[in-house]
Amino acid sequence: MKKFFAPFLGLLILLIPFFASAATAAEKQQKNVILATTTSTQDSGLLDVLIPIFEKETGYFVKTISVGSGQAMKMGEKGEADVLLVHSPEAEKAFIDKGFGINRMLVMHNDFIIVGPPVDPARIKGMKSSKEALKMVAQTGALFLSRGDNSGTHSKEKGLWKAAGVNPEGQKWFQQTGLGMGQTLNVAAEKKGYTLTDRATYLSLKKNLGLDILIEGEPLLLNIYHVIEVNPAKWSKVNAPGAKAFAGFMVAKKTQEIIAKFGVDKYGSPLFFPDAGKKPESLGL
Amino acid sequence: MELILDGILKAFQLLFSLNPEVLGITLLSLQVSGAATLISVLIGLSTGTVIALNNFPGKRFLVSVVNTGMGLPPVVVGLFVMIFLWRNGPLGFLGILYTPTAMIIAQATIATPIVMGITIAAIQNLPAKLRLQILSLGATRFQMVWFLIREARLPLLAGIMAGFGGVISEVGASIMVGGNIKGYSRVLTTATVMESGMGNFDVAIALGIILVLLCFLVNYLLTVIQQRERPR
Repeated sequence: MKKFFAPFLGLLILLIPFFASAATAAEKQQKNVILATTTSTQDSGLLDVLIPIFEKETGYFVKTISVGSGQAMKMGEKGEADVLLVHSPEAEKAFIDKGFGINRMLVMHNDFIIVGPPVDPARIKGMKSSKEALKMVAQTGALFLSRGDNSGTHSKEKGLWKAAGVNPEGQKWFQQTGLGMGQTLNVAAEKKGYTLTDRATYLSLKKNLGLDILIEGEPLLLNIYHVIEVNPAKWSKVNAPGAKAFAGFMVAKKTQEIIAKFGVDKYGSPLFFPDAGKKPESLGL
Repeated sequence: MELILDGILKAFQLLFSLNPEVLGITLLSLQVSGAATLISVLIGLSTGTVIALNNFPGKRFLVSVVNTGMGLPPVVVGLFVMIFLWRNGPLGFLGILYTPTAMIIAQATIATPIVMGITIAAIQNLPAKLRLQILSLGATRFQMVWFLIREARLPLLAGIMAGFGGVISEVGASIMVGGNIKGYSRVLTTATVMESGMGNFDVAIALGIILVLLCFLVNYLLTVIQQRERPR
């Protein structure tokens, strides 16, 4: 009888401390800060550079949950995050007005671009205005891929459609992926469609895509990131000191210098431009 | 094709250079899914045996619930575990959302019905008269159950393998309750999703290959135990 079960039970007993270590490691982690942020900051690799520095300086442990800006703010509304790093200015203002967030601070910007297949079926390359370009896409019925996930990029895109006076919902040439930026770019590349993307994610994926930048460099296309602390008055469980420390770190001079250099060695140009302390108006808002 | 070759090369490179991050991710995958499988074996094997050996009203209903649970969609489990573990949710005071512990809970929830369902089928598949025969030889009830479990070891180990295979390859629940946090709750599946989202397909393929290798190793070990003593 023992022949079969003895080694098996022995193995299980030997493995228990090994398995248990995964659980106890979790309990040891005190002083957590939950950062809800957009996929772009994670997918570009920026947070992988910044967060270890912050953790070393302050002793906090940052749990980065990378979702769209919309979902990040939903987490903030429910008190499930401590601090947000998001790029959806209109929604952020509403978030602050409703009292869910405090101390909204400008961190950095990059810009949105419209990318598409090199053959450019709607002939939008070189157009000066994203409005006109989107009108052309609608008129020619060329495929357009939308995130469709209430992310910062998606709300920007909705704003651009509105400005162009086009309602793309339900149109055959308009498809929503419901995926993050990187995956949506992959879908656009496979289906040879147009899409709106932030420059950082596009540059980090460019080599595998075969999509060209068709529209860029318009003030309307700026992509502005703010850090927001979740209001501890609304939710007692929010780690307010941790959130404050992280927000302060993001706008600190040293951090801003790292942001300015990030991506230069790999892509030849920075992926983000530091803006801490600037007035939003100076960016053309 | 070139991409796949790149991925295979990358996998060996990452494995043989003992890349600490990849090793950490692999070890955590094994720990989380191993712990979840262990819990599911403790609960599934014991409860499954009890259900199989007893007759009671509603047994068919209960067994069909367990059998449905064998196909429980991981994302649904992830969603509910997440809602329960939220800071402001019913179990929020535990403070374990976005930890490996939360991942173990979710994965154990997924694996338990699988182990339980296969246990019920395996024990019920034994000849009905075997029980009477064992008891008539003077065995205690405990000895009888022990003997039946031993007798059904082939399908029972298959059940454990199915449970382990189900959770180590699972991504939806793990990303929802674990959060894919670097160096902390990132496992092979969630890292693969992230790397492919970042366009690092070679790394994604490499992680996929490591995942398959890991699955093979664990199942090989279990199979060796399973086949040690072939029934004559």
